[in-house]
Amino acid sequence: MDPQAILFAIFSACTLAAAARVITSRNPVHAVLYLVLSFFSAACLWMLLQAEFLAIALVLVYVGAVMVLFLFVVMMLDIHIDRSRAGFWQHLPLAAVVAVAIALQLWLVLSNGHWQFLTPPAADPSRIGNTKALGVLTFTEYVLPLQLAGTILLVAIIAAIALTLRRRADALHQVPGDQVRIRRADRVTLVKMASSPPAPPPVPAPAAAPATPPAAPKA
Amino acid sequence: MVSLPWYLFVGAVLFAISVIGIFLNRKNLIVLLMAIELMLLAVNTNFIAFSHFLGDLNGQVFVFFILTVAAAESAIGLAILVALFRNMNTINVDELDTLKG
Repeated sequence: MDPQAILFAIFSACTLAAAARVITSRNPVHAVLYLVLSFFSAACLWMLLQAEFLAIALVLVYVGAVMVLFLFVVMMLDIHIDRSRAGFWQHLPLAAVVAVAIALQLWLVLSNGHWQFLTPPAADPSRIGNTKALGVLTFTEYVLPLQLAGTILLVAIIAAIALTLRRRADALHQVPGDQVRIRRADRVTLVKMASSPPAPPPVPAPAAAPATPPAAPKA
Repeated sequence: MVSLPWYLFVGAVLFAISVIGIFLNRKNLIVLLMAIELMLLAVNTNFIAFSHFLGDLNGQVFVFFILTVAAAESAIGLAILVALFRNMNTINVDELDTLKG
């Protein structure tokens, strides 16, 4: 048997089984972890299709960043699972009908065209790697969409921060206007003080001695 | 050699699984978001399969942009979820009826 077919069977079975567990698991944390497995197996499938760059990007961007974000949110929120599980299987028959219809339509329409017997074009020995070819295409033909994608990401960053930022009433923060407007007199008060400790009261001395401070008896 | 219809089959079944997930988890917003991610994964798999079998890299560039938009979408979706949870203290879809729709 073709080793590529064996790998395809393993990876696609992993993807589909993990996807089924994502939507049925009781604990949302488990669902996120199964989603990670599903994405990882899908990345392996993409690797079989010789889309190396996208497979690696899927693992780095999705499994590395987006899934961690999901996990973070799931663990941060206090979710009552039992309430949202009530009547869980109630709509399964309808869902199954709709899903089977969608899957059948997709598969019948897509796989019965003339491309059913397509074989991938033979690898050109002078062919540059997938990453480089994709980069050439992205930075020549698709420059403007690339800029647009960057703008979308920027908007997403700003929106996510603006949505979750909040001013807490008990948070300490500085008011720069007040800091600039302050005068010296508001902050500093000069107090006159003697430069040396006050002299002790003069001890009653013999009348011959003049009233000199005791610190300088020789005078 | 695995032929194209097999990849399309996997994509279609993955899409169907996520449709079922949207029906089943209609009360849990987080799992709804995850099902949408799975749908996008199925679509991307179809794109890459066609791109490989037709020898056309444009499909892969398209997948690249879909990944970008999907990442932005999930980031904003999770931010909305966090804001919602702070204000309403729940993310159960049944209890989010402030708009009386």
